[in-house]
Amino acid sequence: MFIFNGLKTFSKGGIHPEENKLSADQPIQILPLPGSVSIPISQHIGTPAVPVVERGEQVKTGQVIAKTGGFVSANIHASISGKIAKISDEMDSSGYRRMAIMIRADKEEQWLDGIDNSGKLITGIPYSRDEILQKILNGGIVGMGGATFPSHIKLNIPKGKKADVLIINGVECEPYLTADHRLMIEKPEELIVGIRILMIALGVDKAILGIENNKPDAIEKISSLAGKEKGIQVVPLKVQYPQGGEKQLIKALIDREVPSGKLPIDVGTVVHNVGTTYAVYEAVLKNKPLIERIVTVTGKSVKNPGNFLTRIGSPVNALIEAAGGLPENTGKVISGGPMMGKALNDLDIPVTKGTSGILILDEKEAHRKASKVCIRCTKCVQVCPMGLEPFYLQNMTMRGNFDEIEANRILDCIECGSCSYICPSNRELLDYIRLGKSTVTNLIRERQRV
Amino acid sequence: MNETILTTIITLSSLGAVSAIILYFIAKKFHVETDPKIEAVEEVLPATNCGGCGFPGCRAFAEALVAADDISSMHCPVGGNDVMKKVGEILGAEVEEKDPYIAVVKCSGSFEHRKKTNVYEGASNCKIASLLYGGDTGCAYGCVGLGDCVESCDFDAMYMDEKTGLPVVLEDKCVACNACVVACPKDIMELWPKGRKNRRIYVACMNEEKGGIAKKYCSVACTGCEKCVEECRYDAISVTNSLAVIDPEKCKLCRKCVDVCKSNSILEINFPPPKDRAPVDRPDRKLAMTKSEEKMQEERILNRVEKQEGESENPQQNTNIEQGEKSE
Repeated sequence: MFIFNGLKTFSKGGIHPEENKLSADQPIQILPLPGSVSIPISQHIGTPAVPVVERGEQVKTGQVIAKTGGFVSANIHASISGKIAKISDEMDSSGYRRMAIMIRADKEEQWLDGIDNSGKLITGIPYSRDEILQKILNGGIVGMGGATFPSHIKLNIPKGKKADVLIINGVECEPYLTADHRLMIEKPEELIVGIRILMIALGVDKAILGIENNKPDAIEKISSLAGKEKGIQVVPLKVQYPQGGEKQLIKALIDREVPSGKLPIDVGTVVHNVGTTYAVYEAVLKNKPLIERIVTVTGKSVKNPGNFLTRIGSPVNALIEAAGGLPENTGKVISGGPMMGKALNDLDIPVTKGTSGILILDEKEAHRKASKVCIRCTKCVQVCPMGLEPFYLQNMTMRGNFDEIEANRILDCIECGSCSYICPSNRELLDYIRLGKSTVTNLIRERQRV
Repeated sequence: MNETILTTIITLSSLGAVSAIILYFIAKKFHVETDPKIEAVEEVLPATNCGGCGFPGCRAFAEALVAADDISSMHCPVGGNDVMKKVGEILGAEVEEKDPYIAVVKCSGSFEHRKKTNVYEGASNCKIASLLYGGDTGCAYGCVGLGDCVESCDFDAMYMDEKTGLPVVLEDKCVACNACVVACPKDIMELWPKGRKNRRIYVACMNEEKGGIAKKYCSVACTGCEKCVEECRYDAISVTNSLAVIDPEKCKLCRKCVDVCKSNSILEINFPPPKDRAPVDRPDRKLAMTKSEEKMQEERILNRVEKQEGESENPQQNTNIEQGEKSE
């Protein structure tokens, strides 16, 4: 149906790792409600939310338990009904113990009044732009592709800038993950409504949905629906990692390049993930805040890889149990995909708004090979989607030459891991680049203070 | 033939003479007046360029010393009071006597006391590991054990103890230059007064978790029980965030707190064994380096020197050596 060579993609770098989409044919299952949930107050980029409940208080599903703590912040809601058991520091996916609110479940779930939890499709959008933004803010919606940037800020375009096109990210370029793929197959009508809501919020009359060509069923389904809508266009893309990166996707779909240090809005566009789009639909038309998300549980050694609709705060353990239990030879459990995900150091860590998948690797897959000498093959430079020189950035970070790496645009790095993936000497490129990035960020902050 | 040699010699020597004359006048014209005192002070300074004084190198420190009106707050930790006295003589200024300092390791979580809960396979660098997560033991405050401090030490005064996984500071070599304090991402290293007869007492723990959680992951973690605070007659100990901190200025080295600390988080260094109680047997609470360890350190330093000499311009080879060192 599609000619492979004729497909669009981004121009610089990129790799094509083994896709391993093991759970692509598994319909979304609803994970049984856990006995208790532990909801971190910091599930998004920016200021942590501030708890507004106290220990022993009774909460209903969908009730706000922590309010935005600043401009870049998001509301947190109770994902089950029950009693607040404790508010204390718990281990989360950051690898550090941070504040979380623990709710012990009631026998019978009680939803907050006004939330429509039926599966009924609503298509009419009776709200104005400001009402939509307010509902998105109230619903605690954050970018669900993994970056967890609060959505209402992205939609609130600063004065003097204008968007002319909305981009919807249905790429899901990470190997193994299929959460967005399943969502597009099972909830295409809702997604189209969600896109229309976002178009109203942005004030644009054009939206492009980019989907990689390894999901032909999703492309077909959404294309047939989008054909009836005005202004919504579905574009199949060549399979290439990291096409799900905002800047890469903008380049691939509308051939605009976001300058270094600038945001997509500077080139007249805003990118939202399909997961976020669905959450926006629910928050605006059904009053349902972001209390659940689809999580792919996968891995070659997993018995029943699948996609689960999971309440935020459920332990990772419950998901692994649902997928057939933890395999005996497990070497690593990763939150997210194999390229950008993060290994967990505890299986009681809760699912958060940004948990797109749980990937289980066996001992052999999980092992990292010893790093060897750089052979100057420049493969890392060739694959870098941001046009950086990873080997040089690593080297200069090792030597503490932070002025040099700042001048070489280390802050442009999107941490996609393509360089570490491709390196034939298994060099720890991204490890050091991350260190360099954080050091440079701190230096810049210090400079601004002075 | 003779003529060729003669012209060459004449040409070159006249060229040399002309250049010499030009250079002489240029040197006169662009001569920079420097205070001869700077040279003199620099001569006295130890020339280690460690930055322990807060200036980038000994020359910069010498310039700052000469320029300063009051040098009582400036100090060279490497040279100590002797060098500062000489500097004072040259400049004719008052110099304050300062107690010598030494770096201390404020973590006792050895392999034995702090069990590993997961395996870290990333880059062998404490900063990178702590950017990633709280560490491989469950205690997010303790030593990461990948040796950034040892790497940073220009005086070979530190090594990683293979039995405990913690860094050890060598008393006679440490000059308190502050390099390890800056290098440690967990703020475990601190400069501490060397103390009377080289004796000192400090809390070797940084864990700010509540007692129960701290204890769960490390058997020598400070629980913030405040027993030491009650015991201290000199008001030298305070507890904030479930962590006891000793004020070295107030501490009179009476050792009462060491006796009452149930979790053995307070370390006493260079004290004779107590008469009325058995010394606490802890592998990381050593009084001095053993002979075999001294030998080990010597070998390590020798290896390092050899490697540094064999180092090429290629930075990649450099890192390879580092990794080779780790795998030993």
